[in-house]
Parts: sequence; C-alpha cells; structure tokens
Amino acid sequence: MDPSRKRKTRLVVALAAAVLLAAALVYTSFNTSSEAVDPGRLMASAVVGQSYELTGKVADGSVARDGSTMEFRVKAREGDASVPVRYTGAVPDPFREGREVIITVRKEGPIFVGEKDSLVTKCPSKYEAASETPS
Amino acid sequence: MEALGRACLVLALLVALYGVGASIHGARTRRREWVTSGRRAVYGVFALSAIAFGILEYAFLSSNFSFTVVATHSSTTTPWYYQAAAAWSSQEGSLLLWILLLSMWSSLVLFLTRRRMRDVTPYATATLLVFAGFFAALLIFSASPFTVTANPVVEGSGLQPLLRNPGMLAHPVFLYSGYTLFTIPFAFAVGALVVRRVDAEWIAATRRFSLAAWLFLGIGILLGSRWSYAELGWGGYWAWDPVENASLLPWLTGTAFLHSVMIQERRGMLKVWNAALILGTGILAILGTFLVRSGILDSIHAFGASTLGIPFVIFISVLILGSAYLVVSRQDALRAEHRLDSLLSREAVFLFNNLVLVALTFVILFLTFFPLIAEALTGTKRAIGPPVFDKFAVPLTLVLVLLSGIGPVIAWRKANAENVRRNFRVPIAAGIVALAVLAPFTFEKPLALGMFAAGAFVFGTIGQEFWRGVRARRAMASESVPVALVSLVGRNRRRYGGYTIHAGMAFLFIGVAASSAFQDATDERLSPGQSARISGYDVTYERPTGELLVRNGRLERLEFGAVLDVAKDGERVGRLTPNRGYYPTNTPNAPIRAAFEGEATSEVALDAGLRKDFWTAVSPDLSALEEEIRNRDAVLVAAAQKAGANLDPVRFAQLRRIYFEQILERYTDNPPPATFRLIVSPMVTWIWLGAILTFLGGLIALWPAARGDRAVSRASAGYASRVARELGRA
Repeated sequence: MDPSRKRKTRLVVALAAAVLLAAALVYTSFNTSSEAVDPGRLMASAVVGQSYELTGKVADGSVARDGSTMEFRVKAREGDASVPVRYTGAVPDPFREGREVIITVRKEGPIFVGEKDSLVTKCPSKYEAASETPS
Repeated sequence: MEALGRACLVLALLVALYGVGASIHGARTRRREWVTSGRRAVYGVFALSAIAFGILEYAFLSSNFSFTVVATHSSTTTPWYYQAAAAWSSQEGSLLLWILLLSMWSSLVLFLTRRRMRDVTPYATATLLVFAGFFAALLIFSASPFTVTANPVVEGSGLQPLLRNPGMLAHPVFLYSGYTLFTIPFAFAVGALVVRRVDAEWIAATRRFSLAAWLFLGIGILLGSRWSYAELGWGGYWAWDPVENASLLPWLTGTAFLHSVMIQERRGMLKVWNAALILGTGILAILGTFLVRSGILDSIHAFGASTLGIPFVIFISVLILGSAYLVVSRQDALRAEHRLDSLLSREAVFLFNNLVLVALTFVILFLTFFPLIAEALTGTKRAIGPPVFDKFAVPLTLVLVLLSGIGPVIAWRKANAENVRRNFRVPIAAGIVALAVLAPFTFEKPLALGMFAAGAFVFGTIGQEFWRGVRARRAMASESVPVALVSLVGRNRRRYGGYTIHAGMAFLFIGVAASSAFQDATDERLSPGQSARISGYDVTYERPTGELLVRNGRLERLEFGAVLDVAKDGERVGRLTPNRGYYPTNTPNAPIRAAFEGEATSEVALDAGLRKDFWTAVSPDLSALEEEIRNRDAVLVAAAQKAGANLDPVRFAQLRRIYFEQILERYTDNPPPATFRLIVSPMVTWIWLGAILTFLGGLIALWPAARGDRAVSRASAGYASRVARELGRA
C-alpha cells in the first residue's frame, strides 16, 4: 500500500474509533443517568419504581433514627416543599440537619427510599465560613 | 499590617501589568534591557506576593481575629501547624497561595533560562505575568484576604474539623504547585508559537518543570484520596467527584504530553499535537482551580456560590480562543519532519498511549459536565453515578497499563520480529502465568483479572530492562549488583526514572483493581458483646470508649468510640478502636447540645497490610443521651441567665466540662447499640506503595545529571534542536 493511502486508512480507523467511543458515551450517559430533581418536582411528578437524584437540604428537626435506618425530610433550597426519605446504612460524617445532600431515591408508597451508599453530604466548604465558635 | 498586605497585592498587579508591556515591547524592538526588566517584574511579583503571604501567615499564627479570614478559619485551640495550613483553607488565602507559587516557579524558570531562547522567553514572561495579574486582580477586587473588622471576635471558628488531617496540610500546596507548574510549559509553548520557533528547545528548557508539575499534581491527588480514605468515614479513596476529576484532567493530558514530547525531541514529529496538549493542560489546570470554587456542579465539596465565576469564565474563554488561534495560525511552522514508519514502533505506541489518555480525558470531562450538558440539551438536569465513569475508565486504563509495558522496550522507527521476540518473550510469559494462576480465583471479575495480568506483563518488561542493564554494567565494570544498579540508574536517570514510574503505576492499578473488585463491606448495628461476620472474620463489639480531649486548657473534642475484637476461626487476630469526635462550640442557648449538632469527624481504625486492609468506622447512637443533654443544657442556660453579666466564664467552662464528662461516663456505663461500617479491602496498600514508587521514579527522572553529563546533554540537545530546525526549514 502506498504511504499516503496507508495514512488515510489509519486516520479513518482512528476517527471511526473516536466516533464509536463518543456515541457509546452519549448513549450510556443518557440511558443510565437519573433525573436530578428538587423536592418540589419530585413531589409533583415522581413515578413509582423510577429512580431520581434528589438534591436539597435536610429539614430541621426531621431526622429520626431507628437502628441503622434513618428517616428525614429533604427540603428544597428555596421554597417550602419537602419529601420524606428513608435511608439504611452508615451516613457520611458531615450529615446533619440543615446540610445539603444528594441522594438517589426511588418512590415506594408514600416515602422515597434511598439507594444504598448513594447519600452524599456536601462538605461544609473550605471556602465558606462556619457560623459557630468553638470554646 | 493589612494595609501593607493590600498594598503588596496592588503593587503586584501593577508590576505584572508593567512586566507584560515591557516584555512584549522588548521582544518587538529587540531591546534586551526591556526584556530583562520584564523578567525582573516576575521576581518583583514573587517578592510582593511572598510579603503578602507572610503577613497573612503571621495573622493566622498570632490568631489576629481582626482579619476576617482568620476569625472564620482559625482559633486559639487550633494547633499551630493547622493554624498555618488554615491560611490556605480559605478562598482568599488559597488564591494568594496560587499567585505565590506561580510567581515562585515563574521566577525560577526565567532565571534558569535567562541566557537561552532570547526570542521565546519575553513572550513566555508576558504570559506568566498575565496569569499572575489575573490572580492579583481577583485578590484585590473579589476575594481580599486583608479584609479587617473593627470589632474582632474573642475567639475564631477554628479550622473545619474534617480538614484537621496531616494530608490536608500538604494536599493544597502540592495541588497548586502542580497547577502553577503546568502554566510554565504552557507559557513557553505560547512564546514558541508566537515567534514560530517550534523546535524542541522550548520543550527541553521546560522539561523538568513539566515533569515536576506532573509529579506534584499527582502527589496532591494521591494525598486527597488518602485523606478521603482515612478521614471521611466512607472507606473509599476515589468517587469521581467533579472536584477530584478537575485535578485528574490536567494530570492525564500532562502524562500524554510527557510522552509525546519525546517523539518531538527525537524525531521532530507531533508538533501540533504537543503544542495543543500543553495548551490544553494549562487551560485544564485553570479550569480545575475554577471548578473547585464555582459551585456550578453538584459535588461533595460544597464550595458555595462565589463571585469568582464570571472572571474565571472570561479568562478561560480567552485562553481557549487564544490557544486555538495560535495553533491554527502557526500550522505551517508545525509541520512534522518525519512520518510514522510503522505501527510496530515506539512512536506508534506512544501515539496510541496519547490517544487513549486524551480519550480518557474527554470521557471524564464529558461525564463531569454531563449534568450541565443534559440540562442544556433536554431542559432537565440529569445526574451520573460512578459506575458510568468506571465503565469507560477501567478498560481504557487497562489498555494504558499494557502500553506502559510495551512502550519502554519496543524499538524506535520499526520493530522487527527479532526485537519483538527478544523483548517480549519473558513479559508475555509473566502475564500468561499470572492469568493462569489467578483465573481460578478471580474469573468472575474479568477486568480485574486482566489488570493483574497486565501488571505482571509490565513487571516483566521493566524487570527485564533493569536486569539487562545491570548485567551489562557488571560485564563492563565488574561491579556488584547493587553498585551496578545504582550507577545504571544514576547514568540514565530519565530512562530508569521512567521505568520506575511505570512499575509504580502497575502496582497502583493492581491495588485499585483488587480493592474495588473484591471489597467486602457491611453496615452493622451492634450492642456490646454482639458480633458480625465479614470475609471470614468475626468482629465483636467488646466495649464502648469515651474520652475528653483538652488542648491549651480548653476543650477540643469529645470522643465516643468502641473497642472491636477481630477473630478468625476462633482465634483473635487484631483489635481495632474507631471513634467519632465531636467539637464543642460556644452556643449560649445549647452549650452541650451544640457539640453534638456541630461538626463530627470519624477517626477510622485501620489495620493495613500488603494483603488486605481491615477498615472500621463507628457511628455511636447518642439518642439515648437526649434527656441527659437536655437537662444539662437547661441547668447551664439557667445558670448563665441568672448570673447575667456577672457570669464567671472560667467556672462556667468548668461546669460544662464536668457535664461532658458525665455524659461520656453515662455512655460508657450504659452503652446503647452503635452502627459500624466494616470494610475488608484487599491490597489497598499497593496503591500507596505504587504511588510512592511512582514518585520515587519521578524524583529520579527530575534529579539533575552530574555536571559533566549535563554539559554534554545540553550541548547535544542544543545541537539536535538546531539540526532539527535547519532540517525543518530545508
């Protein structure tokens, strides 16, 4: 094969591989991602069995523990909408009332059940001031 | 003090602006005094930012709470070394650290190259000063570390407890060193493109800086994952979090660059690619700095909405457009001097490694920004979990590890059958043996098995190279094996440093594959005396522990923990004592409760070994202490109200301390059940050992050659680049 044709073939193969990878990436990401919702949206339009990525704040005074199972309400960042969530397992260190959380949930009856190990609590930022003073 | 700090920053901005003008003017008019003046401006920016940083550090170490950043990020109960580190735990302080490191590395490179590449350096100087000017402007207009208050608080908030970890002292310094060091080859690439002098000399001049950038960024990333493993209480070391990804992206393209420049240096090929790679790496480093602060992506790191978004977006856009313009407009000068001779050659393997690294970069970049992309395309925000990242990253990494075994031994230009046979017989045999031996135990995890075999293959090629080198030296100089090894490595630092890095990465990824594929984890709620079983071990919650930690006469932390006995086949093999620390805060209406509602940190108990890590964390259930806490709070609040202005703070603190002790005692006397996270992960230690080996290799490659060798190599590099240039023109 003459060199320029060889180069062309290589280029085509490389481009084809790139296109294939890109297609697989787009396909997989749209298929396996879950809709990111806030409590208001979730309350209004959740479908039983489908999983959602819920973002919001842990409502004050809502955390109740029973063994390693915990129930709490997730409140919208703005507005009053909140949804009940049940989560089983160890919670991340920074988890507490008022903290922002991200959790993958599935609707089961009146409550949203958190997927195991999906609870992410945002670290109180390095770049945000704490509001309390230690002694 | 704060006025001096602010003045330093304003001066730094002015000096940087002057330096940009002076350098460009000097380059255009070919007047060397202007160029020198531009370079001195960089030294000036370094001196000014060092003074500003010194003032901030002094404020932190002397607990000067009139500085707002000190009051919100440090306290007198914070140990001094964490006070020093708290300076860069703030947005403002971290930006100041950025400009300090940037100007420091810039000064170093410009000093070292002051007599070389006189056409390129002025533009590189100007580029570096643009970066410095941008960060100085941010520090002056958006995030001033020198904001003071007239009524300072008596005590500061303290360093965020989760950051009180030795790794966190060094993590930002290494990360920022990596980011800022990558701006140096970036700036020289810009300079080389501007003057169309795109031979390999700019690469040779900044080679050590690129390698140091790669090394420092890598150490920074590793320290971050070690911190996550040991401090965050979830037992993982990597979560594909946007902020983690942000630091990984420039590291990946930097890795590609370190490989592909070898082809340009040797064969005058891939010039467009190298220029584009390093420009991309520099931009990704700035993007990384930005992502951490923007809050535009949901991340475990809640960096809040900051005001820095718009300036950063504008700056990054300018960098992207400018870089694209430079590469496209200089295409004629960037033409390759040779063509790829064969797909079976070192050039081809390096190129393939580059393509895989860039593909991996794109995959991670795409998935990281996917929530925003999805929102732009479909109107709804969508989220992606770590499994999707794994699905693409694992196979690509497997290919990379394989290539890291092939690259070092395949011949340049064109490998013949003899070369292949000679170099690959032993490594392939090693890979096949590993595959055959491990398959019966690990066949259900084919990707992990593939990684083990690939790792064995890499050990085969690298081991063979070391063995051959040592044998040759022994034949020549009849040295003993250790002496031959040391002199072999000493004489070919770049080569054997590289080999060591490849072996280290193989170690690391074997550890990653084993620990992620064969991890056993469980969450158990146990009462004292009860046991749980994991990976054949019986873990018994023996008894609770409670402790009050005091620093400088003040309460620092309450620890609720547990003693766990670990037994195998009825025989005790270990004892683990995880605990959870609670930090008392000054909250008048709930002096006791606030400690339990504030920050808490897990002190993980870890029994690490070469074969496996036994990792445990405890979450004590404090609901049984509710009433106790409420009653104590009521007493304290009533006492404080009654005393009013006459409250004796010392006595109040004493009483509170007694109450805390009583609560701890109550917990240990009548222990409620506690929740434990138990994880048995095989070979996690390999990750840290592999990392250490990798960075050892990096240091070997970085270490300057002996004086004589250096003169020879510089002369030959200069000659080679001149010849390449002439050939390029011909």
